[in-house]
Amino acid sequence: MVLSPILFIKLCKGGNTMEPQETSTIKVSAKKRKSTENPIKKLIFSQKLAPYFFLTPFFLVLLIFFLYPIIELFRMSFQHILIGQTEWVGFANYKQMMNHHFFTAVKNTFIYTFWIIAILIPVPMALATLLNSKYLPFKNFFRSALFMPALVSVIVGGIFFSLMFGDTEKDFINSLLVQIGMEPQQWKLGAATGMFLMVSLNCWRMMGINVIYFLAGLQSIPNSLYEAAEIDGANTIQKFFRITVPMLKPVTLFVLIISIFGGLRMFEESYVFWKNGSPNDIGLTIVGYVYQQSFDYNAMGLGAAVSVILLLLALVIGLFQLKHFGAFKED
Amino acid sequence: MGQKLTSIINKTLLILFFTFASFIVLFPFYVMLISGFKPATEIFSNGLNVSMALDTLTLENYIHLFTDGKEYFRWYSNSILITVITTIGSVILSSFAGYALAIYRFKGRNLIFGLVIFLLLVPVDILMLPLYRVMIFLGLVDTYAGVILPFIVTPFVIFFFRQYAIGLPKEIIESARIDGCTEFGCYVRIMAPMMLPAFGAMSIIQAMNSWNNFLWPLIVLRSNESMTLPIGLASLISPYGNNYGMLLTGSTLTVVPILIVFLFFQRYFVAGITMGGVKG
Repeated sequence: MVLSPILFIKLCKGGNTMEPQETSTIKVSAKKRKSTENPIKKLIFSQKLAPYFFLTPFFLVLLIFFLYPIIELFRMSFQHILIGQTEWVGFANYKQMMNHHFFTAVKNTFIYTFWIIAILIPVPMALATLLNSKYLPFKNFFRSALFMPALVSVIVGGIFFSLMFGDTEKDFINSLLVQIGMEPQQWKLGAATGMFLMVSLNCWRMMGINVIYFLAGLQSIPNSLYEAAEIDGANTIQKFFRITVPMLKPVTLFVLIISIFGGLRMFEESYVFWKNGSPNDIGLTIVGYVYQQSFDYNAMGLGAAVSVILLLLALVIGLFQLKHFGAFKED
Repeated sequence: MGQKLTSIINKTLLILFFTFASFIVLFPFYVMLISGFKPATEIFSNGLNVSMALDTLTLENYIHLFTDGKEYFRWYSNSILITVITTIGSVILSSFAGYALAIYRFKGRNLIFGLVIFLLLVPVDILMLPLYRVMIFLGLVDTYAGVILPFIVTPFVIFFFRQYAIGLPKEIIESARIDGCTEFGCYVRIMAPMMLPAFGAMSIIQAMNSWNNFLWPLIVLRSNESMTLPIGLASLISPYGNNYGMLLTGSTLTVVPILIVFLFFQRYFVAGITMGGVKG
């Protein structure tokens, strides 16, 4: 999803690698091409039609699995849907949406997203900077180690976490707490500890990926800036805050946006701990609410209405991203 | 002299720091691995912990998985099949589209590229309800095709290939055309080989996404036999802990293939991620 930091950096610097160059020679040679084939065959193999052939699979998927469902989603959100019969109900689904389960879901999603941003931007940035240090040997090894959790699916990672954060005194994390003289926790029963589980699971998995993004960003900072700062007598901390942080702004924004997207569509981190029913909705997220209403309570219309809101939210954020980077001004 | 000393101190501190960080990050893997070799009864009564008494280690869980885990290996083969088809299909079909957008000038090019960008912003998860209805209509609920088709052309991969193909030398196609090469022939014989690094990076990203994909397969796949690994494993999670052995060994075996791929193709992973970004 979204776009690469590297490309952004290139684009922000005004590189024009985006634009395909029209070479007039292509047309000339096409005319020159002598052909004794019949005209229909010629048309089919022509340069004019070729791009459309290449794009056919995309067109099909676009229509069936994207454009039609988007329209259908809006339609569904105004319907009351039961098996075999649908009924137009106007804005009833949107009105019904205003209930405390939904608000809890929104609240949880936002709190979760907040923590993801608060942790998964500064920490990987610092880690990447340290990892990039000229003093550190075995860089690749450490980078790979940090990255490895990203290979594990949320479900499998969640199973590790579930077992480590078990409720009894003997389960690993609780046994550590007991050793340092704290109370063992019922991790999956409280709102705060539940949030902690979801956030830490995601941080564990995503940390290495974000480190790699920031590392890529660091490579594009010219060394001369640091040298100049050294001549002026700047220390390491000053260099970090005055050069590294500002120069990493494009990557930071990129990570911020994928974090927001990831937060908004969060579902699995909650599902792996509670399936669809967490005590007092402590693990309920917006996507989880859509799933629960649509597939457990058969209220697809309500699910669709919530999805519409989510879709609009994603589009607003996405358009902000495009506008900010100005990457796609065609011609 | 002073400078040399600082450099040694820096080096030591950094190594210590990263060793510690790697330890924390890799720790769950370790717990998982050794717990798989503990008797299920011990895990149930003592919880999951790091204690490792060598004499109690047993292959019991793995033996159990391999003898009674028919279901599990069914999920495993489903996952492999779906991942392979999705990866190969989506990388090839998306490369067509990206290539066309980069190389040709044609009516509607900007509009189509605009659509690709628009789709980058629409997470498929949000469309799960209408997509599910489409699948009911097409009779694809509970089939592999139902899981695979919505991802068979991926906007993000199209975008990536477009950016990559723009940088390729177009003069080569030009001369190939004069020599009588068809447009498709140009793609297969000349351009696709030049895009191999892009194919490598995108295959890895797509394989990872597909192997770990959860929400959509959860909705489409309704029967136990058609489940993929993440969904099957999730269905085993219960509060009573009677499945610990199978959960642990099953999860461990899920991670192993992707770790092996990672160790061999690390460079492509990093390239794929830095050049592209990952879903989720």
